[in-house]
Amino acid sequence: MASALMNRIARVGRRGLDTLASLGRAGFFLWRSLVGAPNPSVGGPLLIQQIYRIGVLSLAIVIVSGLFIGMVLALQGYTILTDFGSESAIGQMIALTLLRELGPVVTALLFAGRAGSALTAEIGLMKATEQLSSMEMMGVDPLRRVMAPRLWAGFISMPLLALIFSVVGIWGGMLVGVEWLGVFEGSYWGNMQASVAFADDVVNGVIKSLVFGVACTWIAVYQGYDCVPTSAGISAATTRTVVFSSLTVLGLDFVLTAVMFGSF
Amino acid sequence: MTDSSYILLDDVVFTRGSRRIFDGVSLAVPRGRITAIMGPSGTGKTTLLKLIGGQLRPDSGSIRVKGHDVPSLKRRDLYRLREDIGMLFQSGALFTDLSVFENVAFPLRVHTRLPDDMIRDIVLMKLEAVGLRGARNLMPAELSGGMTRRVALARSIALDPELILYDEPFAGQDPIAMGVLVKLIRELNAIMGLTSVLVSHDVPESLSIADYACIVSDGKVIGEGTPEALRNHASPKVQQFLHGNPDGPVPFHYPAPDARADWGGTVEGGAGRG
Ligand SMILES: Nc1ncnc2c1ncn2[C@@H]1O[C@H](COP(=O)(O)OP(=O)(O)O)[C@@H](O)[C@H]1O
Ligand SMILES: [Mg+2]
Repeated sequence: MASALMNRIARVGRRGLDTLASLGRAGFFLWRSLVGAPNPSVGGPLLIQQIYRIGVLSLAIVIVSGLFIGMVLALQGYTILTDFGSESAIGQMIALTLLRELGPVVTALLFAGRAGSALTAEIGLMKATEQLSSMEMMGVDPLRRVMAPRLWAGFISMPLLALIFSVVGIWGGMLVGVEWLGVFEGSYWGNMQASVAFADDVVNGVIKSLVFGVACTWIAVYQGYDCVPTSAGISAATTRTVVFSSLTVLGLDFVLTAVMFGSF
Repeated sequence: MTDSSYILLDDVVFTRGSRRIFDGVSLAVPRGRITAIMGPSGTGKTTLLKLIGGQLRPDSGSIRVKGHDVPSLKRRDLYRLREDIGMLFQSGALFTDLSVFENVAFPLRVHTRLPDDMIRDIVLMKLEAVGLRGARNLMPAELSGGMTRRVALARSIALDPELILYDEPFAGQDPIAMGVLVKLIRELNAIMGLTSVLVSHDVPESLSIADYACIVSDGKVIGEGTPEALRNHASPKVQQFLHGNPDGPVPFHYPAPDARADWGGTVEGGAGRG
């Protein structure tokens, strides 16, 4: 009886140690990939190629989602705000919701599904087909050559994508609120300008999306690098990327919101 | 190290998890020759090449390549040493997003500052050597298995290495591709003065091109010598491996409980082995 309990405690302890060890490995991985002066003539084209694949190719899904979310916000906001006769505040509501929360969070979730899963699968397959090993044997460090450009591309792309998401959302909100539901255009933009503070709202939103970008890209690239190099292993790693990224983003969002916008 | 050996393994022990893959392997690879290392699948032949290339570290024992103690090399020195080593991976390991030409050009672009037209000349020369100059614009997905391996071979000799490691070059090849590869390995070794290490479980092909061969099984070297010496080796284990006998010192049956335990004692004759 007592030994069964001890076994259980030991298992929990071992699980905890394993988690810590893998966090340590992931941290070391990030450090070794990013530290050191890059060679611009080699790294530049690789980075641009990855920004294209990670950022530019995610534009379509981000723009379409931003548009719809802005339009839905306008519809819902209008219904509630008319009850209080304050539908002219709809611009302010949409802009703040998007810039502070939905822009960074939804973009990060889309990013994890669209770009993160692709990164994990690509790197995992490179590992399974010995491409990473063969690079090492050619005297080229795959961390610097393969991982670093992908990490930087994710870090750079995410804040830009989130900003684009918010801007398109605000425009979508205007389409529904002003063009369709008949809110006065002057008050849509005027209320927004009066209430959105650049430092508090825009900058904080960008910081959020930067943090999410680092988290999502790090998780995606590391899961690919660390996967078991078989088809089952790659599929499990891809799933982990999406699950871990989503949970991390939502958890971090709570923490960041509490720190940035909580009034205590 | 003696002058004539390029690689020297001394009492190498390597474990993976709880499994001891090498249990004191000692081996000398002579310079300028083809050395075949043979053994059943899963004995750790690929692992051995990764130990030589410094991708894995042994638990104990020493691994010397060109006089350098590989496991203790600094990262930078290890990478410099690897520029002298070409490795042909079992799967070819071509970069799938680069064309045949760019695959072969890759090590040149990374390690040299040669102008583009010179890189082009070298790449075409290497592709010509493996008979694939005409395939330069194909992507890896468009190549057959044998062609993939030949392109990978061209890539691994792009920097004119001193040592080349072949991981199962013949596995899964049709007879013609196999013949081509045997010819290429032999010619490259003779013309470029390479030291070649060939890891394989294809006995006749390996023995036909090797100057020196050894057999690894259960974590140990069980026989070594020239192909003739190995063919006349006294050890029954060596003879079983060379002739591919299904049963012998290496049993046909995976260790299993007594047959009567599984079939309730009705089976005649000892089908089960302990
Ligand atoms: N990355 C790995 N992690 C754990 N075990 C491995 C790994 N790679 C190989 N092994 C195990 O090590 C043993 C030797 O593998 P390997 O060197 O690939 O054998 P061979 O090339 O002779 O067929 C095998 O039993 C294999 O299961
Ligand atoms: Mg192998």
